Amino acid sequence: MRSRLTLRFIALGYLFLLLAAPVGLVFFRTFEHGFGPAWEAVTTPEAQHAFWLTMVMVGVAVPINTIFGVITAIVLVRQRFPGKALMNAAIDLPFAVSPVVIGLALVLVYGNTGWFGGWLTEQGIQVIFSIPGMILATIFVSLPFVVREVVPVLREIGTEQEQAASTLGSNWWQTFWRITLPSIRWGLTYGIVLATARALGEFGAVSVVSGKLSGETETATLFVEQRFHQFDLTGAYAASVVLALMAMIVLLSMNLLNTRRRS
Amino acid sequence: MATGIEVENVSKCFEDFQALRDVSITVPEGSLTALLGPSGSGKSTLLRVIAGLERPDNGRVLIAGQDATLLRPQDRGVGFVFQHYAAFKHMTVFNNIAFGLKIRKREKRQVSDRVHELLDLVHLNGFADRYPDQLSGGQRQRMALARALAVEPNVMLLDEPFGALDARVRKDLRIWLRRLHDEVHVTTVFVTHDQEEAMDVSEQIVVMNEGKVEQCGRPRELYEHPANAFVMSFIGPVNQMGDEFVRPHDIEVMLEPNGSSVEAQVDRIVHLGFEVRVEFTLHDGETGWAQLTKAEADQLELTDGQIVYVRQGEARVFSEEDRRTLGDGGEVLAQ
Repeated sequence: MRSRLTLRFIALGYLFLLLAAPVGLVFFRTFEHGFGPAWEAVTTPEAQHAFWLTMVMVGVAVPINTIFGVITAIVLVRQRFPGKALMNAAIDLPFAVSPVVIGLALVLVYGNTGWFGGWLTEQGIQVIFSIPGMILATIFVSLPFVVREVVPVLREIGTEQEQAASTLGSNWWQTFWRITLPSIRWGLTYGIVLATARALGEFGAVSVVSGKLSGETETATLFVEQRFHQFDLTGAYAASVVLALMAMIVLLSMNLLNTRRRS
Repeated sequence: MATGIEVENVSKCFEDFQALRDVSITVPEGSLTALLGPSGSGKSTLLRVIAGLERPDNGRVLIAGQDATLLRPQDRGVGFVFQHYAAFKHMTVFNNIAFGLKIRKREKRQVSDRVHELLDLVHLNGFADRYPDQLSGGQRQRMALARALAVEPNVMLLDEPFGALDARVRKDLRIWLRRLHDEVHVTTVFVTHDQEEAMDVSEQIVVMNEGKVEQCGRPRELYEHPANAFVMSFIGPVNQMGDEFVRPHDIEVMLEPNGSSVEAQVDRIVHLGFEVRVEFTLHDGETGWAQLTKAEADQLELTDGQIVYVRQGEARVFSEEDRRTLGDGGEVLAQ
């Protein structure tokens, strides 16, 4: 009995100190001087642009990673080919490599003096220090989540249901929509939520490739940093709260979507 | 040959494992055929080749007189039932059974009528709105059968359909499948490793071993005229005494020597209800067992260690190459 209580105390204490207390403090600090200043801080044109830009990042990176993530997971689980182990390892690269390194790598490839940079500039496309580069960085850091969540589910459901569907006259596409996708939907949901959270919160890689032009290439996280450096703590905290709320809305809406489909 | 199946010289190799070696079988229209063999004999692979779930390396598959070798599973008009049901877990029983009909874009009303007709047929009325995880194993398998039957397949293929069920349910479903076949009359092939199940349900048995067909025939033919020692030992119990193979019920146990009888010592007497097994050792050290009825055994008043005289009735001698039998561990031993 006592050891059970001790375990519970450790777990809860850990969560409180490292998770609940800091996040709670951010909320507290935001509304310390009332709702007004916080609202003002996040409704400046600069702030609004930053939130809009973050949503663009998420809106492009997450769907792309979802589609390619599912395809990659299917290939990894259902096919055998040389180099599969390498591909499997490569997917975890964004977990292993620091985002700053990822940002620098993108600069090396797409920057003005990089591999494709010169050619791209000639075509009038600027990747680094503009939105395409930031999207690339966001895709990079949020890439593994969907794959990693879907792979074990695909492995667990096996191929029998799909084979049964095919003997019942279903073609590949119909089988995917009617059997495979509904079977992996919980793993997929979780993967999308994690990828979204990661894309919302991405700082390091985007920071390197963005150039941090306020009102142009500044995402919400970069905005938070900028406000912090300008000693506008209310602004920094308020923007953080909005980011946290965006993540929660994503989490709740995905759960809602799933329960509705089940009934 | 309207809806029969012809398999001609089919071979299939997985990596370094030869699953099928030049297999040819004929499944007559409307028949119920069992593919019987130990695990690894290729019976499931053969069924999957017929369904189009595996592509053969050589040979042809004809379904309803049409060459189906290169057809995709969805174009073959086969119904397939899996050992572990392959129920669509996220769908209700109704939607599971309706799946094939919806794929074919049948009218809603028509789908509903057909599904209810099938629910009736497989005795699952009232279960339409349940999910598969709310059904027992036997119910799930009946649902899977209804799902396969819904699209009126030319042939039904069942891969160890009762393999995952417990003994009692197995027996019930077996009888039920037999009756269902009498009603629906669709050409059916089912895979089993249980000889009793094969003898009980099917009209024709194909005995397979190591990727080859050992013998094909009616259950009684196989029992009475096995082509080799493997078939004889797989289809029923067998004693090997020297070069001779004899069924335990063809061994006579006597208290006095008589004609060609030989002396034996009783090792153990096992009472199995109506049947009594008498295990014995011959003077040359060979062991065997005789199957007696309870009445016969009672009359002899046998006890362990007693000396008796055994005489074999009908015995078989196979040529050298036909003498391979099934070992105790389910493995084929070269004798």
